[in-house]
Amino acid sequence: MKRFTELIQQLEMSNKTNDKIAALVDYFSTADEQDKPFVIAMFTGKKPRRPVTTALIKEWAIELSAVPAWLFAESYHSVGDLSETIALVLPPATYTSDRKLHQWINELAALNGKDDVAKKEYILKAWDSLDTQERFIFNKLISGNFRIGVSNKMLVNAISKQSNTESNKIMHSIMGKWKPEEISYQELIAGAHVNTDNSWPYPFCLAYALENEPASLGEPAAWQAEWKWDGIRGQIVKRNGELFIWSRGEELVTDQFPELHFLQEDLPDGTVLDGEILSVKDGNVQAFSILQQRLNRKTINKSQLNDAPIGFFTYDLLEYQGRDLRGETMAERRRLLVEIMSGLRDKDVAILSPVINFSDWDELAEIRKGSRENNSEGIILKKLDSLYHSGRKRGDWWKWKINPYTVDTVMIYAQKGSGRRANFFTDYTFAVRDGEQLITVAKAYSGLTDKEIKEVDSFVKKNAIEKFGPVRTVKPELVFEIAFEGIAESKRHKAGLALRFPRIARWRKDKKAAEINTLDDLRQLLASTL
Amino acid sequence: MALITFTNKGIYCEQGDFYIDPWRPVDLAVTTHGHADHVKWGNKAYLCHELTKPILNQRLGADLNIQTLPYNKELSINGVKVSLFPAGHVIGSSQIRLEYKGEICVISGDYKVEYDGISTEFEPVKCHTFVSESTFGLPIYKWLPQDIVFQQIRDWVSDNHDKLKTSVLVAYSLGKAQRLIKNLAGDVPIYVHNSIANLNEGFIRAGVDLPETIRITPEHKKEELQKGIVIVPPALADGKWMKSLQSAATGVCSGWMQVRASRRWRSADAGFALSDHADWPGLLSAIKATEAEKVFVTHGFVSTFSKYLNEIGIASEEVVTRYGNEEEEEKEILTKEA
Repeated sequence: MKRFTELIQQLEMSNKTNDKIAALVDYFSTADEQDKPFVIAMFTGKKPRRPVTTALIKEWAIELSAVPAWLFAESYHSVGDLSETIALVLPPATYTSDRKLHQWINELAALNGKDDVAKKEYILKAWDSLDTQERFIFNKLISGNFRIGVSNKMLVNAISKQSNTESNKIMHSIMGKWKPEEISYQELIAGAHVNTDNSWPYPFCLAYALENEPASLGEPAAWQAEWKWDGIRGQIVKRNGELFIWSRGEELVTDQFPELHFLQEDLPDGTVLDGEILSVKDGNVQAFSILQQRLNRKTINKSQLNDAPIGFFTYDLLEYQGRDLRGETMAERRRLLVEIMSGLRDKDVAILSPVINFSDWDELAEIRKGSRENNSEGIILKKLDSLYHSGRKRGDWWKWKINPYTVDTVMIYAQKGSGRRANFFTDYTFAVRDGEQLITVAKAYSGLTDKEIKEVDSFVKKNAIEKFGPVRTVKPELVFEIAFEGIAESKRHKAGLALRFPRIARWRKDKKAAEINTLDDLRQLLASTL
Repeated sequence: MALITFTNKGIYCEQGDFYIDPWRPVDLAVTTHGHADHVKWGNKAYLCHELTKPILNQRLGADLNIQTLPYNKELSINGVKVSLFPAGHVIGSSQIRLEYKGEICVISGDYKVEYDGISTEFEPVKCHTFVSESTFGLPIYKWLPQDIVFQQIRDWVSDNHDKLKTSVLVAYSLGKAQRLIKNLAGDVPIYVHNSIANLNEGFIRAGVDLPETIRITPEHKKEELQKGIVIVPPALADGKWMKSLQSAATGVCSGWMQVRASRRWRSADAGFALSDHADWPGLLSAIKATEAEKVFVTHGFVSTFSKYLNEIGIASEEVVTRYGNEEEEEKEILTKEA
């Protein structure tokens, strides 16, 4: 437990990926063998059944610390995390315990089915044997919710480094079906429960944003134009009868998209497709906001399958008959891709991403204006004689995106930034008008110059109305134009909608708060995208 | 009539016609300690502890009209007996005791109850009315004994040495810096920023037993600094100056570091919950020891702490003051000094 506590502290102390990976590598090199699979399970979201309810844990903590319930609530408000609040308010421990992490987890699991008296006795005794940091971890073990900024990718990279194993094999292995109490760390690395020889993907080829006029690219005939779809870039791998779907973040997402599982039968062995995972209904691409309902879910229900059916638009062919095609030209890869796609049964689910015909750049610019109508983000240009590069390489692939949406809003809350900007109010919340009310629609913290930040900072200091911890409510006076990439329905937000990638486009000093957009304006925009 | 009232200039004693820690210019400012949120420039006269004088001269000007008192010695001002008692907050920090016709009032300024090795130890003073700060007035704030925290800091420093990183501790130039110097001296050289070095010189001249430190200059090579400990004030922790120090690890020393969210917010490499303010048990024990009939709660978790005192049977009232922005105020001072 002490070693794991130390790991969590190290992970929290740094926001640099390299430091975090170093801490994880060190942990997996030195920690208790039996603890390791439990840590991997925890960090990848494999949750055990919760043995004690939050309400009981809170009740016992209040009782033991002898603070009034209202004062506990104030403390929680200030800390912002229940596990941590409990760890801090409890009286100091009277003895120490050297139990290992997996012992604690197993003991907690064994509490399921016991009565509240037995549960209480166990929890109170545990609290009394742990220091503040360990208690915090222990409380997190009860809830099973660890959010400490370790992505699957980061974890996989660390284990890969520690064990000197290819990272995509580790990803395949830990995304498979296994239980921490039944598998050893060595078996997990070796992928004893899966066959990692079949799954490996290729690094994606990425495009740079086009900054100059497209005419600077020369002859239009040398280029292939496609829509730049707004979904999740993915790779579909079929080898030795097995099918794997990888996302751009190199996460294995096969289980999330059952609609694509027919490809296991339809694709010949030794085929790798590059494309975009999208929500596709009746052959039409739906807005990203609809696809979102399907992302990062452990289970999918019928209505989600119905409302947000998945499709895969294929861009490229990376492996053909078991042969690496990346050294062939775009034109040749496309020819073979067309051939593969024509052999599929369900052409409404796995779709060949269409090529846009154009004869000069002006014509293409005109076509690009219609991007939003088919829910794309603009156009992607690929040189017909280009090879498939690993990662980004300037010159062969360009993305030519359309301009973002914008909305005029007024700032209503401000919060101090971090790092270099810790002494300035740099994080703002923006609202639009809804009748007499102002309704929050976005939070943003980038897009202003240092000089503007200082100006806004001084405005906030002079015009703060209320103080909630680090947040200030300010007089609704400063108008900002917010740029964003999309809009979605949202039950979590008071506005009933949420903006995607909002950022400050400019400070509209020429506008008054009375001139900002209304919630109705945004509702209309939302309706037009669905 | 009450011995003190809370006015828009600060805490006022009408019988003696003077202010305690006023935030607007007055004739006589009785000063608890040298932090910028408690003492301002522009008063006609100051009364403070003899070790607070070098701080005021350093920060507000050499030509101030300052009268000093040692601890525990009485001075009569217009019939009000004024005396100073150690507050344990920083060097020279004092609780102000006022007595008039048998009525006793104590204004604590900022205080902590644990002895820090350099500031005179806090001394409880019995009184009828007590004015208490409440910076850390929530039960989540319970400090570990300072020996344990200093051991954590030493371990961190030696770990940084192994990793060839420079250990940079972030601490207020007045108070926390001297506390760190006193408790960490001996193992490795300690380098301090100008603003700290200036204060230290003043203290040493005034007879404070402060271990030797080295003033950082641009000539210091990073290899030298890497072998020691560097102490800088918070205002510099995020700036250009820190960027010039390559491969630095920063450790923030502040009571706020008790909470994870604050540690992350400061984006430091390490946070040490080392505070010059009383923690929750400290506030409660100090207040109980005064046996006061009435406790005024200022800067901090004012309403929460005051509500709790009333619940446990200690009559209490919230007071709005302008204290408690040490960090922002210190930054202003540094800007002026630079």
